[in-house]
Amino acid sequence: MADFEVPELREYPIIPKLKEGVMAHSSPYVAKPELQQQLGFPGEMVDDWKEKAIDTLGELTGKYRSLQVFLDSCVKCGACTDKCHYYLGTSDPKNMPVARQDLLRKVYRRYYTLPGKIFGKLGMPGFVGAAELTEEVMDDWYAYFHQCSQCRRCSVYCPYGIDTAEISMAAREIMDAVGKGQKYCNEIIGKAQIIGNNLGLPEPALKNTLEGLEEDIEDETGVKVRMPLDEKGADVLLITPSADFFAEPHIDGLIGYAKVFHAAGISWTMSSYASEAANFGMFIGSYENTRKLSLRIREAAIELGVKRIVFGECGHAWRVAYSFLNTLAGPFDFLDPNYPVPQHICEFTYELMQQGKLNLDPSANDDMVLTYHDSCNVARASRMGDKPGGQFEIPRAIIRATCNNFHDMPADTIKEGTFCCGGGGGLLTDDLMEIRVKGAMPRMQALNDVTKNHSVTHMAAICAICKSQFSKVLPYYGFEMDQIVSLHQLVSNAIILDGQVTEGQETEGEEITN
Amino acid sequence: MALEVNGKTFETDEEGYLANLNEWEPDLANAMAKVDGAELTENHWQVINFLREYYEEYQIAPAVRVLTKAIGKKLGKDKGNSKYLYELFPYGPAKQACKYAGLPKPTGCV
Repeated sequence: MADFEVPELREYPIIPKLKEGVMAHSSPYVAKPELQQQLGFPGEMVDDWKEKAIDTLGELTGKYRSLQVFLDSCVKCGACTDKCHYYLGTSDPKNMPVARQDLLRKVYRRYYTLPGKIFGKLGMPGFVGAAELTEEVMDDWYAYFHQCSQCRRCSVYCPYGIDTAEISMAAREIMDAVGKGQKYCNEIIGKAQIIGNNLGLPEPALKNTLEGLEEDIEDETGVKVRMPLDEKGADVLLITPSADFFAEPHIDGLIGYAKVFHAAGISWTMSSYASEAANFGMFIGSYENTRKLSLRIREAAIELGVKRIVFGECGHAWRVAYSFLNTLAGPFDFLDPNYPVPQHICEFTYELMQQGKLNLDPSANDDMVLTYHDSCNVARASRMGDKPGGQFEIPRAIIRATCNNFHDMPADTIKEGTFCCGGGGGLLTDDLMEIRVKGAMPRMQALNDVTKNHSVTHMAAICAICKSQFSKVLPYYGFEMDQIVSLHQLVSNAIILDGQVTEGQETEGEEITN
Repeated sequence: MALEVNGKTFETDEEGYLANLNEWEPDLANAMAKVDGAELTENHWQVINFLREYYEEYQIAPAVRVLTKAIGKKLGKDKGNSKYLYELFPYGPAKQACKYAGLPKPTGCV
């Protein structure tokens, strides 16, 4: 199945012995000149790339105080070393967060600290943890900063809160600035800026897909549930990852959102102009590109005259939306101030559940025993609801209301300690399959634990990347690809719409309490 | 990268997708399948032909749901599901079938 060794799942996690350089070969395809140029980057490596890289590093530390603090403050305590899923899955020491950071830090120390400058001139920069920027260093950057999914797990355990995600973003921005960008991310950003979404789905295709889904729902339930596109005057604009229109199991989540809007009687629409929630601009650390994608959402909201913006199930999108949307594309003073700007679809559904507006029959999901995968950027870079930890509790409350059988995975693998799916941060591409499969090991191990001990059959998630990544990597570990489900797929199964025809009015399933 | 078929050279990208959509011809699909160690049957062709027709109209590959529905109509309901499509195209119907059909690779969180 694979031309690399798939890690073994163990009964309990171990810290692997170091295998130096085993992942040095893992580098994604480089973006072609036209892809680079459309994002405002040089087409290919510029002649003075070394000077340009050092200058850009200086600009970034000047612009982002956090970056400079992160580069300055590491004391090499080692708390992060065994926290990265890519290190645990590959044994490559450069996938330890501190070592990954040091790839950039040593260059920063050489050119931007006094000891680095002095010892650099003496020809012994290594004495103070500094290093010259060479082609080998650049190759290491390209390989290992594309083995970081920017999941921020390491930052939770760092006593200084050093965020490797931000260091990875800076490194990618420097590489883009000298003309060495990643094909996967940069191609996608270009498509989203030209067509409106990462897949490149034009409006007619979107319309055709949504009409087909309306037919499917009516066939299944007997109820006309709408999937509105570009409808002016709707109350809510739904911004969702384009994978929700295209892939499995994402599309079942989209059907779930539509049923919730229908049951609540709230008018809503999607936009063909802003038909993407995921913002890949963040993955490459590019403020300008992150902003351009965010502005499309603002423009669509104004054009359609909506009162609220709700985001679908998408992890990094929610980070950008929750944490940065207002400064990137605000102020959103034209929206209804009685609702959070923006709102997560889970908050939206949860609120309706609290108000008793959704008729839910959890026995509809009795054929499954669920667990929940906290997506990294929702867990560690955002929040939901009005209480701390809402991003953990609200999705679980929805699962409990829609399913009778639920078990959490081991405590050190969920909530703020959640393990990334292995495909986040711009790594969800076939040319990085080895690192994706190996990086999924800690999550697969945790899933294996609840499968064995609690008969868990399915894992729910609220991120398009997580869903695609798990569909792909589950079979490598002996699971089935369809064991990953959308959270709103559970809602879709459990919700009973007014006038819905239920199949033969089945008897209720046996209730199992946990 | 390039692929030689019937004495003609077809440019492909680093992942083996055809560079110029208009150059596609059926023998190229057969040759691409051969590289992957597969042989295209009538059922594969139903999928490939549908992908090409859909692309012609919408400039994008169909969503997996759209594809399974269409194949279910053509080949029977028991074949209108992703499990069947994965049997035909083990690397994923969206990506592998698009490649053989000469279409660009679907991008994004898929």
